[in-house]
Amino acid sequence: MSSHYEAPIRKPLVVGNKSYHDVTVDVAKPVEGRANKQWWIVFSIAFAAFLYGLGCMIYTVSTGIGTWGLNKTIGWAWDITNFVWWVGIGHAGTLISAVLLLFRQKWRMAINRSAEAMTIFSVMQAGLFPIIHMGRPWLGYWVLPIPNQFGSLWVNFNSPLLWDVFAISTYLSVSLVFWWTGLLPDFAMLRDRAVTPFTKRVYSTLSFGWSGRAKDWQRFEEVSLVLAGLATPLVLSVHTIVSFDFATSVIPGWHTTILPPYFVAGAIFSGFAMVQTLLIIMRKVSQLEDYITLQHIELMNLIIMITGSIVGTAYITELFIAWYSGVEYEQYAFLNRATGPYWWAYLCMMSFNVVSPQVMWFKKIRTSIAASFVISIIVNIGMWFERFVIIVSSLHRDYLPSSWTMFQPTFVDAGIYIGTIGFFFVLFLLYSRSFPVIAQAEVKTILKSSGDNYKRERELNDHNHSDNH
Amino acid sequence: MYTFSSKLKTFSLILMVIGAIGIGVGFWSAPKTVEEVETILLEESHGHHDQVASHDAHAAHDAHADAAHQEHVNHVFHQLQNKPWAAFYVACIFFMLLSVGVLAFYAIQQVALAGWSPILFRVMEGITAYLLPGSVIFLLVLVLSGVHMNHLFTWMDPEVVANDHLIQGKSGYLNVAFFLIRAVLFLGVWNLYRFFSRKNSIAQDNADGVTFYKKNFKMAASFLVFFIVSESLMSWDWIMSLDPHWYSTLFAWYVFASFFVSGITAIAMVTIYLKSKGYLEQVNTSHIHDLAKFMFGISIFWTYLWFSQFMLIWYSDIPEEVTYFVTRIEHYKLPFFGMLVMNFVFPLLILVNTDFKRLSWIVVMAGIVILAGHYVDFYNMVMPATVGDQWFIGLPEISAILFFLGLFIFVVFTALTKAPLVAKGNPLMEESKHFHY
Repeated sequence: MSSHYEAPIRKPLVVGNKSYHDVTVDVAKPVEGRANKQWWIVFSIAFAAFLYGLGCMIYTVSTGIGTWGLNKTIGWAWDITNFVWWVGIGHAGTLISAVLLLFRQKWRMAINRSAEAMTIFSVMQAGLFPIIHMGRPWLGYWVLPIPNQFGSLWVNFNSPLLWDVFAISTYLSVSLVFWWTGLLPDFAMLRDRAVTPFTKRVYSTLSFGWSGRAKDWQRFEEVSLVLAGLATPLVLSVHTIVSFDFATSVIPGWHTTILPPYFVAGAIFSGFAMVQTLLIIMRKVSQLEDYITLQHIELMNLIIMITGSIVGTAYITELFIAWYSGVEYEQYAFLNRATGPYWWAYLCMMSFNVVSPQVMWFKKIRTSIAASFVISIIVNIGMWFERFVIIVSSLHRDYLPSSWTMFQPTFVDAGIYIGTIGFFFVLFLLYSRSFPVIAQAEVKTILKSSGDNYKRERELNDHNHSDNH
Repeated sequence: MYTFSSKLKTFSLILMVIGAIGIGVGFWSAPKTVEEVETILLEESHGHHDQVASHDAHAAHDAHADAAHQEHVNHVFHQLQNKPWAAFYVACIFFMLLSVGVLAFYAIQQVALAGWSPILFRVMEGITAYLLPGSVIFLLVLVLSGVHMNHLFTWMDPEVVANDHLIQGKSGYLNVAFFLIRAVLFLGVWNLYRFFSRKNSIAQDNADGVTFYKKNFKMAASFLVFFIVSESLMSWDWIMSLDPHWYSTLFAWYVFASFFVSGITAIAMVTIYLKSKGYLEQVNTSHIHDLAKFMFGISIFWTYLWFSQFMLIWYSDIPEEVTYFVTRIEHYKLPFFGMLVMNFVFPLLILVNTDFKRLSWIVVMAGIVILAGHYVDFYNMVMPATVGDQWFIGLPEISAILFFLGLFIFVVFTALTKAPLVAKGNPLMEESKHFHY
């Protein structure tokens, strides 16, 4: 697939003199060991948050949407903000596995597994909101075009909310298949190392009888490439469709053509920030620093910086065109964002998303783990505010001043959001103890080209300067 | 070293001469007075005339009808006068931005530490050599528009502005002086980046260390930052402001996708040509495959942006925006939908196949369609605003394409003779030579 020659200026992606066996052992260790006390403490907190959120959801559904802070003007607020936020986060996973695969970025191999897990778990959180924000969620199945006894009453395919149904469900299923396919060789590895009959049985089932024959590998590679090729337009289209929820409307501040690519850029931005947050912790607690190296963190920071700049350009574009359009509603929408009652949210969005990633231009900062961690969290907060600003500040003051109002979230709004964060971490914590968190089969394919020991050896033998390879 | 074949040189000169003559004829045959337009309109089909007549009948009194008729004639007069200018403008901006697209691709390849493309850097540098003459001519057209030699930009006409409060509101941005300052700034910085990156690239050939390579890396990163901003502004200035009432936030990125894919296509076609002449021996089908993948991918990306912009405006149907597409669909049906076939359907079907992406003739064929399609794309962006329903791809349009194509070939292949085709000092060059996919 790739050449046997690698330029000496490329830095190693696997450090610590690893052999194939070392890779196996290092990746299997968190799965084969026992959870420590910290894990149980964190898991309990996440689980408690999840239960609290679940309670809030049940309360909402059984009592009514009126328990939320929505009003007649602002029919969407935290629900859709959180939905878009979670979907956005879910995009980095597919991006890392699919887009970076298409661009032959070898460094993706250490992070793609966890990024995909993050995708699956955050899309699951996102998927909750379209259901629970319905007034009659028990009729949710009516959004599906199924033949029925109402004279085949059909759905209207003109609504972006219906496109959302198809987009999100397709996205979740394709991501799941993509993820699971990649897991087969790694589950097989765990199966072959299992010592108890129970784990043997579990991983035998999960690995679908993978035996790693040449033909299997050949097809595996082909499937990965095809899925990557399909998943890339899928990532773009899913978040595009999410952006259509707003952009197809006639609301000033919502109706703007840049939203599709700008939402996608924002999704990559926030998704990478979340991967960064999670992996900085994971490499430490699972002792995977030799695989998720500082270079990986730096590269992720660079992507955060680039997408942050693209998002920043889009913000400026929106501002400029609002002025340029000469439409007073549009102009007011942006004036209101900057100076209205939600100015603080707008300020958070601008400073967290546009200004904060720009510090990554300094090598000192982007190669500092502490700084990367802090900025990745800031970006996630900023991106939550971005969605909040777009949704609420455009709704609360639009065409008719008599309909102007404010939005005040209730504890139920907040509880459900906290609950999804809890649920996400419940799933992610369980994942990190039972799944191979690094795609060891993939890492083994780059070990000899990108392992530090092999690189040193090549340098000694002066292989790099020969033309014969 | 590459030597410019005399055949190709003659060919490019012939293109330029034919093109220049055609452009001259185009300007010469454009109507010079309103009376000429009157006769043209009279000669036109009766169906059109009947409409005018019935319109006149409905008018309250003759004076009003006369005024309306006079206005119509004036309007057509402006459009017909614009025609040779607009034809020149489309071809001029298309080739100029194509070289900017190559420049952006070149910078991206450098900052991304791409291991496959350094073998093509000299080809890219050759193509971007067109940027300087291209942008000089383009700037000249902008200046001539600024001194009212034509009516391409209606907002430059003080009479129009005086009666148009929407344009008045934009005059803080849309005024000739500021417009030209911006144009000089953007073209100047792009040319400076092109000049210095080329200089460093040649200096790196015989250098011991990698200082020039590192300089180029940093410069490419800074250029890309400047580029993302200047690209947005330039597309608002040079294209969107032709329709000064219309606006779209996506527009700049859409324009970018259009000339970016054209630039990549040009790289592929020049590479294939040089390879076929026995140069670039280390370029293999994998390199062509990668270029073709980019042509395929960015074509789809262009379509994505086209669709996003079109669908959102169509869906909300807000009157001040939707006129843009209404006029295009009414008067430009074939070019408007035809370009979708050329820029999307054709490359999608032909370049999805891995084996096809390695066949030179397929890539060249797809490339010709993509380049023609994106010319039509620019045509669709410029013409409805400048000549309206008086469009026709005739002598002025084809001559302008031939002239700029000849100039492009002449400049690019002359530049290719100026330096070895392999930038040997690049630390990633070995990877690129051994690249195999």
